Amino acid sequence: MRPCSACCPKYRAPDVRVALFATCLGDAFFADACADTVRLLRRLGVDVEFPEGQTCCGQPAFNAGHASAARRMARHTLEVFAGADWVVLPSGSCAGMLRAVFPELLAGEDHERALDLAERTFELAQFLVQVMGVDRLGAGLAGTRVAYHHGCHALRELGVHDEPLALLRGAGAEVVAWEADRECCGFGGLFSVKLPEVSCAMADRKLDTLPEVDLVTSADGGCLMQLSGRAGRRRGRVPAFRHLASVLWEATSA
Amino acid sequence: MSAPRPGGYRAAAREVLRDRPEVRTSVLAATHTFDEHRRASWEEIDADAWRDWMRDVKSHVLTHLDVYLETAEARLEANGVRVHWAETAGDALAALGAVAEAHGVRRAVKAKSMLSEELGVNAFLEERGVLVRETDLGEYIIQLLGEPPSHIVGPAIHRSVDDCRHLFGEKLGTAPGASPEDLAAAARAALREDFLSADLGISGANFLVAETGTVALIENEGNIRLSTSMPRVHVALVGIEKLIPRLEDLSAFLQLTARAATGQAIGTYVSLIQGPRRQGEPDGPEEVHVILVDNGRTRLLADERAWEALRCVRCGACLNTCPVYRQTGGHPYGWAYSGPIGAVLAPGLLGLEEAMPLPFASSLCGACAEVCPVRIPLPELLVYWRERAVEAGLVPAAERFGMKAYAAVATKPRVFGAAAALLRHVPWELGGRALPVLGSWTAQRTAPPAAPRTFRSIWREGIE
Repeated sequence: MRPCSACCPKYRAPDVRVALFATCLGDAFFADACADTVRLLRRLGVDVEFPEGQTCCGQPAFNAGHASAARRMARHTLEVFAGADWVVLPSGSCAGMLRAVFPELLAGEDHERALDLAERTFELAQFLVQVMGVDRLGAGLAGTRVAYHHGCHALRELGVHDEPLALLRGAGAEVVAWEADRECCGFGGLFSVKLPEVSCAMADRKLDTLPEVDLVTSADGGCLMQLSGRAGRRRGRVPAFRHLASVLWEATSA
Repeated sequence: MSAPRPGGYRAAAREVLRDRPEVRTSVLAATHTFDEHRRASWEEIDADAWRDWMRDVKSHVLTHLDVYLETAEARLEANGVRVHWAETAGDALAALGAVAEAHGVRRAVKAKSMLSEELGVNAFLEERGVLVRETDLGEYIIQLLGEPPSHIVGPAIHRSVDDCRHLFGEKLGTAPGASPEDLAAAARAALREDFLSADLGISGANFLVAETGTVALIENEGNIRLSTSMPRVHVALVGIEKLIPRLEDLSAFLQLTARAATGQAIGTYVSLIQGPRRQGEPDGPEEVHVILVDNGRTRLLADERAWEALRCVRCGACLNTCPVYRQTGGHPYGWAYSGPIGAVLAPGLLGLEEAMPLPFASSLCGACAEVCPVRIPLPELLVYWRERAVEAGLVPAAERFGMKAYAAVATKPRVFGAAAALLRHVPWELGGRALPVLGSWTAQRTAPPAAPRTFRSIWREGIE
């Protein structure tokens, strides 16, 4: 299912056109990270568009068991991105929704279209490495100690693990070992408000094991909201939490 | 105190986290060790291929259960085993009670069995004047404490060595500075008396081989071997999903189950029980009974999606990797099975309403699916039960209407854009009063800093 940049040179041609899916959290809370995504892609010669009809991929509804509400949002998203060559999201979780869930959720007449969209959809780091073949984005992170949080859906639905690390290291960062780097932060959409005590204990486990770093980054805004929100309420040092898109853009432009 | 139930999950989880932080410490450490051992042990074999094979064999048995149950019954009886069929927990307990009564049983020793926890065997027998002794060290500890198991494989996982030191000092008179070896020795001495005096041994079964009528049991302490061979009578409680077709299938099941559970290549003791003592044999029970238990399993089997959960071999690997389970251990789940598999089995075995809110006790991180040796699609099944719960009206009306409204807004981009802009100005810190959802966030977390502008407006103005 994963398009292969090595054997499909047209994907690396200068006229790559990407439709940005900012996602609802991105639009409201990580607007800068979305703008940095645009800057980053443009720097690489990509033509970025922003289909204004986009809203929410439906994941919060789907994960909470509201399948028909999720299906409505999925169909809407399918329409909005029907004409896009590539859909890129600064969110592993929402990218996972489009790639791993839409084809299951949309049976019947929309199934083929959902499969087609899934193949064109990428999380940002995944797109940069797998499609654009990027491994070096300037050296702006030289000397920076970074902890990377692997969002669950990027890791397990998309199989994205090495890509963000390669980009960070390629920009000079020292990615510091973190015992709990692949453990869930406890966000989980509505889970975080339905079972807040357990959700916060999960964030605590991440924060308790966090090594000394200059910044914590991730490809998922939801996870960053959870981790920084919890860190802000605990005693002690609050590390800097930055979205991967912004970290990479700064690395590129430095 | 009322009996724990799944419905008490949130309150019980909150209580453990607030009042007993040492539980979290113990569970985090022990599950980490279990999971690391599993990981290392899987690297020694072609785990993916083994898991595919085990999934396929289990699925085959479950979709041909009628045939295998008949075969198993015939073979068990040919081996001299008495077979009882129990549709409900009540039926299973009645069959067990009848055996105990027929033999005038006063003392019973029990090998670790999660099915016996599901059925409530101990309370049932004790009410009838039978002294029941758990003989697995972990089970023994929690029996002395009066607690249910907190983990499928490590029932006392929530307790520290210090807890045991204190407990054994009080109950068995061990020294205040006793080493773990001293504590184990004290338990061994106490349990020996129980093995020697028991009239009845009760066990579960890891597997029941249909073709040969063999009850297979995995353990590390030797207590199962003793419980099933020393007393006059042995009763094995066997869930009908425990069947495997052939003796030659058993080898792989024994190995991968042990590797998944503790990272061992195989359990220290494996007992293959073929019936009562035969003429000329020096030991073994005079009578062996197998109680085949349904207790909701056929109903779950009839479910077009969730039947796959019946492949479970009770290895506990999904608990060890589950970040939700690991914060609290198993007690808040309120019934025998905890963690992801407990949340998926509960709606099937207890009924959806009784199981609430367990299907929601997961962030859907997917870690469990990565480790299940029989490839049960746990996250998908959690979502499936959530969907069923929504359909059945088991989630708050506010959430149902909220989601419908959200979907309606999310299919109208202009309205959605305006709503996103507003979201940045939500009074999060007043959230408790404005919207319960927000209050739930900010009670223990700071509100996310709103972006000065939405991305939408940044885009319109142009990004340089």
